[in-house]
Amino acid sequence: MIDVINLQKSFGKKEVLKGVNVTIEEGEKVAIIGPSGSGKSTFLRCLNCLEDPTGGSIIFEGEDLADLKVDINKHRENIGMVFQHFNLFNNLTVKQNIMLAPVTLNKKKRAKNRRIKLYNAIFKKDKPLYAVSSLKDAKKEAEENALRLLNRIGLADKADVYPSTLSGGQKQRVAIVRALAMNPKVMLFDEPTSALDPEMVGEVLDLIKEVADEGMTMLIVTHEMGFAKNVASRVLFMDDGVIKEEGTPEQIFEHPECERLRDFLEKVL
Amino acid sequence: MWEAKWNAFIKTFIESEGYIRVLTGLKNTALIAVIGLLIGIVIGTLIAIAAVTPKYKVAPRIFDGIGKVYVGFFRGTPMVVQLLLTYYVLLPLLGIKIDSLMVCIIVFGMNSGAYVSEIMRSGIQSVDGGQLEAARAVGLPYGTSMIKVVIPQAIKNILPTLGNEFITLIKETSVVSFVGALDLYTAFSYIGSNNYEFMVPYLVMAAIYLTLILVVTLLVRILERRMKKSDRRH
Ligand SMILES: Nc1ncnc2c1ncn2[C@@H]1O[C@H](COP(=O)(O)OP(=O)(O)OP(=O)(O)O)[C@@H](O)[C@H]1O
Ligand SMILES: [Mg+2]
Repeated sequence: MIDVINLQKSFGKKEVLKGVNVTIEEGEKVAIIGPSGSGKSTFLRCLNCLEDPTGGSIIFEGEDLADLKVDINKHRENIGMVFQHFNLFNNLTVKQNIMLAPVTLNKKKRAKNRRIKLYNAIFKKDKPLYAVSSLKDAKKEAEENALRLLNRIGLADKADVYPSTLSGGQKQRVAIVRALAMNPKVMLFDEPTSALDPEMVGEVLDLIKEVADEGMTMLIVTHEMGFAKNVASRVLFMDDGVIKEEGTPEQIFEHPECERLRDFLEKVL
Repeated sequence: MWEAKWNAFIKTFIESEGYIRVLTGLKNTALIAVIGLLIGIVIGTLIAIAAVTPKYKVAPRIFDGIGKVYVGFFRGTPMVVQLLLTYYVLLPLLGIKIDSLMVCIIVFGMNSGAYVSEIMRSGIQSVDGGQLEAARAVGLPYGTSMIKVVIPQAIKNILPTLGNEFITLIKETSVVSFVGALDLYTAFSYIGSNNYEFMVPYLVMAAIYLTLILVVTLLVRILERRMKKSDRRH
């Protein structure tokens, strides 16, 4: 599903990713662990080009995302991301947070259709149009979907409040369903529970586990080793800008091979 | 002495229909300041977005360059000079004839755009970078992300400063008489010159400006409080 080939990223002179190679299969739950500063976040952020890679390629749906010419917005619709600090849109209500991207997508498609129609009219061609509903229908559909998602996480009563009124755990659960609203093919989580009070970690992990059980392909950077053990189908250990070791949770946690991983596990477990 | 002066003022104000000029002046002041600020916000936002857009591509660099020159010019010259240049130099050269009020509105808008661009830029920079990232991560294009997510939060942050800009514009409308537009200054000068009694007219003028600005300040406060609702708990 995603082929990462010799991925590199430098910030100025500082080399952060020094050639990451990994293939993510559909339905896989990949946990990424490793010491602070090893490049876990940078790796995740390169996958949807929040950071532009400086070398290598990321093959997703037949295109190389590292190529600056690809329509990255189109691919980002299929790659959900959940941030450590939630990043809910502060100026929008909870419901609007979830609706913004689907509604914008509809507008974008209709704008494209207008361009195609113009093109067809001028050049007497028959380029097919996108199937797209009216803005009104799209809004209605997005709203129903948002409410359904909020219902699912038990926050339907918060639909019309602003994010600042939510607890951390609630914010992160809304952020997760905001990503789900686009029906992504893969989801990226960057330490989704690190900014939470301990008593709220559980509700967020439960939701992530639910999404995982539904078959979502996901990559999770996490310090929750227990969660990695239970949910991940594969664990990547990153160190110094490369994947030092990878394997099943059992291999990584019970039979670590490299010295660095053993040191790391000793510190965190 | 004051009684005579006051009576003279009232006489011109009412009998010679000075009040019509005052009302027209007030209307023009409001038009110039309000529409000017709106134009300023649009221009300023565009320039600010050009300034904060990453410069990997050529287009943002060109727009940012144009913006810098624009801001440099409008901040580097007084409003009166800009009005005079537009009305007596630029428009005649282009052979365009426009009503002086319209010229004032446009020049005030363009001038304000330069100041608002700086205000807006600091507003954009005060918005947490995670907001833009989250918008981009769900697939929104850069422009949409700015307009739907970043700019509204930036505007909220800079509302008090924008209020100040509005007040500056109101005060600066007192120079539009240089190009023959009717404003409060022309209205009260007319009333005063009618019988060479300027004390009362100018005192009243000052009182009107002061009241206007106090009211605007109050409105900005209220607006600010209402926009804070997304910060409040419950
Ligand atoms: N925008 C940036 N500019 C410069 N250096 C950066 C930038 N982002 C990250 N780095 C550097 O890249 C290195 C890797 O950072 P990264 O955030 O990927 O680490 P991490 O593995 O996620 O660490 P943590 O567990 O602390 O989150 C760090 O040394 C960091 O200082
Ligand atoms: Mg990190």
